Amino acid sequence: MEKTWNNKAWFMVLPVLVLVAFSAVIPLMTVVNYSVQDTFGNNEFFWNGVGWFSDVLDSDRFWEALGRNLLFSGIILAIEIPLGILIALNMPKKGFGVPVCLVLMSLPLLIPWNVVGTIWQVFGRVDIGLLGYTLAALGIPYNYVNNVFDAWLTLIVMDVWHWTSLVVLLCYAGLVSIPDAYYQAAKIDGASRWAVFRYIQLPKMKRVLLIAFLLRFMDSFMIYTEPFVITGGGPGNSTTFLSIDLVKMAIGQFDLGPAAAMSLIYFLIILLLSWIFYTVMTNSDAQN
Amino acid sequence: MARINLDHIRHAYGPNPKKPSDYSLKEVHHEWNDGGAYALLGPSGCGKTTLLNIISGLLQPSEGKILFDGKDVTNLSTQDRNIAQVFQFPVIYDTMTVYDNLAFPLRNRRVPENEVDRRVTEILEMIGLSDRAKKKAQGLTADQKQKISLGRGLVRSDVSAILFDEPLTVIDPHMKWVLRSQLKRLHKQFGFTMVYVTHDQTEALTFADKVVVMYDGEIVQIGTPAELFERPKHTFVGYFIGSPGMNVLPAKIDGSSVDLDGQKVALSFAPKIAAGAKTELGIRPEFVRLGREGMPVTISKVEDIGRQKIVRASFANRPIAIVVHEDGEIPSEPKITFDPNAINIYADSWRVGGEA
Repeated sequence: MEKTWNNKAWFMVLPVLVLVAFSAVIPLMTVVNYSVQDTFGNNEFFWNGVGWFSDVLDSDRFWEALGRNLLFSGIILAIEIPLGILIALNMPKKGFGVPVCLVLMSLPLLIPWNVVGTIWQVFGRVDIGLLGYTLAALGIPYNYVNNVFDAWLTLIVMDVWHWTSLVVLLCYAGLVSIPDAYYQAAKIDGASRWAVFRYIQLPKMKRVLLIAFLLRFMDSFMIYTEPFVITGGGPGNSTTFLSIDLVKMAIGQFDLGPAAAMSLIYFLIILLLSWIFYTVMTNSDAQN
Repeated sequence: MARINLDHIRHAYGPNPKKPSDYSLKEVHHEWNDGGAYALLGPSGCGKTTLLNIISGLLQPSEGKILFDGKDVTNLSTQDRNIAQVFQFPVIYDTMTVYDNLAFPLRNRRVPENEVDRRVTEILEMIGLSDRAKKKAQGLTADQKQKISLGRGLVRSDVSAILFDEPLTVIDPHMKWVLRSQLKRLHKQFGFTMVYVTHDQTEALTFADKVVVMYDGEIVQIGTPAELFERPKHTFVGYFIGSPGMNVLPAKIDGSSVDLDGQKVALSFAPKIAAGAKTELGIRPEFVRLGREGMPVTISKVEDIGRQKIVRASFANRPIAIVVHEDGEIPSEPKITFDPNAINIYADSWRVGGEA
């Protein structure tokens, strides 16, 4: 087929290009710009090469925060994905229960991050919070302000409460799209409950699970608001994730150069890990 | 292999059925012989799939009992009934190989692996997928997938019955023919009880020894293909079987004489008809003779379908179809006569009286 060349077509994509330029490319380039320069005020900038990058990569502070991020994402993925599948499997497929369950499941997703943080911050307080006060009254020592384990526990339980619904809804969508004939055939074939899950439901949920996994990974890796509201990165630095550290550096200390270098590294890590997960998961699909 | 008894089965999908129209399946009381090949034939929504699912145990009937070889299985689950069923659309286990797909029903029942291998290899041979045995089932075409579904139905040698729910819908015409004859051959070889649901009369008539015609939730006739053709018990069977279907003409009946809007036809018997019933005369297009004598008709169209011609005409103010041999002449002043042995008389749509 002959291709029609018409350069006026470029005008059609111009609005998108402008939009993307202002929303993504230009801000990103500003960050790139800061990351390779140093300033002593007066709006005078000096070339610093990869200096800030090596500073960031040499600092323990960065590696510790990265470690916390990986641990946090690992834990919540290990809880939310299986739990989400389990809940989705047990949700009703038809009748009155469906809308009720869907609304209940969607509720946590509708609450803004900082509100979720505030809810749990108050909920867990030993002096007035329902959870904290009850636990204290039961004689269970719990204090997220000064105990590292309690702080992590609070953050993880909160994240599971907030985001498992997303996994549930995605899995549920995958499950209801399986035609009845599959379950009927499995009955005829004498398949056990486990075999139905392993050979029918799991393969059919694979695609939505990939999406759920990537979304939850990226989102949990960028977690900021909730720990900022609940623990402020403490006790000590025990809940200081990369994002919190970054904001401290950029806005607290106003070290724009190192902060810019760190943002870029942070961005590249998320990009790289997402790409790896995606490739691994779709490759196993292609081999089938 | 088993004899299947349906004991006053009725089914309604909604709760609290009261009037007959609440039932998707009106009363079915029938016995399927061990080793018989039955076709359930009927238009979409007539209850044939419902009946099939009741036999396989995927549905619990609202009323009635099912017996396999005299044993009540109404409350047994599908797994315990030992039934194989093939569905209209292919169901395959994506992540398994073709071989494992076929082995699945056997392995679930803990059949020894050497027996599994023997059965699966045999079925692979039959459905012509031996060269793909080790490939994932995911990449296959729709008709290959359906062959796997069929194969899974046939792989167990000990089943009570094999049920087919329009299994050849997605298969292309040539392959349909091949698979149908293979099924028929298998049936002869192993003597499974087979129940085959279809809305395609050719499929039903070639596959089955006995055809069960269903209409609006009821079994209207059970018979051999010849019986269905020559003596349709219900006008619906007349319409549904045969191409074109039977001519059904409103008729006034007085003793053994029939009045078709002024045209008189004599019968060889005097049907007994209840007063006030709606009476009709049915005659297959194949048994209407076109010639120079008889009752006048007006021809509106002639369709040449190769071996024969179908003449569409108007007779006694009603449309009528007449089948004429390909060399048959069509006179300029056409008249028709009916083969007296092929006339069926219907009262309120059900056939009456005097067997010829």
